[in-house]
Amino acid sequence: MPSSMIRIEGLTKHYGPTQAVKGLSFEVPRGQVVGFLGPNGAGKSTTMRILAGSLNPTGGKAFVGDIDVVADPVGARKLIGYLPESNPLYDEMMVVDYLRFVADVRDVPKDLRAQRIKNAVERCGLSGVISKDINQLSRGYRQRVGLAAAILHEPDLLILDEPTAGLDPNQIVEIRNLIKELGKEKTVILSTHILSEVQTTCSRVLIINEGRLVADDTPERLTAASTEGGAKVHVVVGHRHGQALDATAIRNAFAAMAGVSGVESVEGDGPNTLGFELRHGADDVRRVLFETVVKHDLVLLELRRTQVSLEDTFRKLTDTRRAA
Amino acid sequence: MNGALAVARREFRSFFISPIAYIVLGGFLLLSGWLYFSTLFLAGQASLRQFFGVAPVLFVVLVPAITMRAVAEERKSGTLELLLTFPMDDWQITLGKFLASLGMVSVALACTLPYAFTVSALTGPGPSFDWGPVFAGYFGLLLLASAFIGLGLWGSALSKNQIVGFIFGLVLCFAFYFVDKFAPLLPDALAQVAEFLSVDYHFENISRGVIDTRDLIFYLSLTVIGLLMTARQIQSTRL
Repeated sequence: MPSSMIRIEGLTKHYGPTQAVKGLSFEVPRGQVVGFLGPNGAGKSTTMRILAGSLNPTGGKAFVGDIDVVADPVGARKLIGYLPESNPLYDEMMVVDYLRFVADVRDVPKDLRAQRIKNAVERCGLSGVISKDINQLSRGYRQRVGLAAAILHEPDLLILDEPTAGLDPNQIVEIRNLIKELGKEKTVILSTHILSEVQTTCSRVLIINEGRLVADDTPERLTAASTEGGAKVHVVVGHRHGQALDATAIRNAFAAMAGVSGVESVEGDGPNTLGFELRHGADDVRRVLFETVVKHDLVLLELRRTQVSLEDTFRKLTDTRRAA
Repeated sequence: MNGALAVARREFRSFFISPIAYIVLGGFLLLSGWLYFSTLFLAGQASLRQFFGVAPVLFVVLVPAITMRAVAEERKSGTLELLLTFPMDDWQITLGKFLASLGMVSVALACTLPYAFTVSALTGPGPSFDWGPVFAGYFGLLLLASAFIGLGLWGSALSKNQIVGFIFGLVLCFAFYFVDKFAPLLPDALAQVAEFLSVDYHFENISRGVIDTRDLIFYLSLTVIGLLMTARQIQSTRL
């Protein structure tokens, strides 16, 4: 059993003069669910297409389960289930006919065919629509048909290119649960724009920007890294007797509190109120904050801890304009 | 090979889902029937010779109409990417498309078999209807169709627009049909080359009942060249 499911070494891809992927390297062990993040045009789809076998790399190596995708493309493709970005399907076919076609093309043995199709249909919740034409299906169901076709031959590796794009919130949750379910037994690499999706479904995040890997870690550690191990507290205060407030004095009082590393003034929520955002380290500052508020004859109108999300990390890592 | 057959089966079925197939088939049968029977009684000969005379030129239009969507439509709808990620070589995709198109031409030809039965029934009491040239003719038409399918698929693979695919295919097929039509005006050496390149010239040999390896080799090579160009064009999608 090979140790890694995907191994990419110095992968490059040029489309004419444009370089979509510039020397990408990473490895994915078996059983991991990996989120592939990056702004549009970062080279996510290109990398996934190279792995799935519909594109040839310009340079570098890509292995799927220790099979070189260039040297033995057919062998590598057998291990993969792939859901392309726009989920193209043969619209005029019935769902069951389409799945039969995929089973035939994938060379699923005749005696296993019916069972495999049944399994895929059940897992993806397609039982009610198998004899409908694909072009009559809603977007959510189309996506499930694409997924069913991708898992039909029971591949070791699932490559899902934006599996939840264009779905409504309910459908997104359904597809996400399905992916989580599949991730229990397969290696999954999925690309997405929705960062919360990565936080809920993936155990590892790869962020690429302009064809290069810029981050590779667990979602938790990536979010922690961008705040240096701390968090923020959002607070709104007013005067006890509704009088006007001295913004500078209060600000200084907050800044002087133990554990607070920075204070920023933000909008309050009405006349004679002030809002602040306090950055702090690992210690909880809410208790001290409350005491400070009381000491200064203030009332606490709002106190909220804001979790720094993956979104911030993502923006920080991929905002090239700011970096330049 | 299984991959090619699966592609062929899917493609063949999908012909009959779209109305284009029925329009194309109907048009072909209408034209061939009319052109054939309108001269049959004037000639007063119980043979399919007039049918085999017009069939090649009808095929110049029929075959590209059948092949036009084969690759172009897959390219347009994005399903080509799916095909490219299935565990099969590009020639299997091409072969699958070829077999489906050949199946479709066979359906069109099967629909013309009643011509033969009608004429054999009309044959006078004395002489019996000669089936030899009929078999040879149909065999020749299948060979000619194979060559045209190769060219038509190539045309279809060049663009993601069916109509462009049809026109490319039509131009290619027409070129190989038309190339010897001015042969008598050309110097001998050139005329021979023109005749050798003409699908019609080789078809006339076969429909006379003479099955010569030179004609077979011509059709097979033209088919293979067309399919290789198609596979190459599909492969270039990967670059």
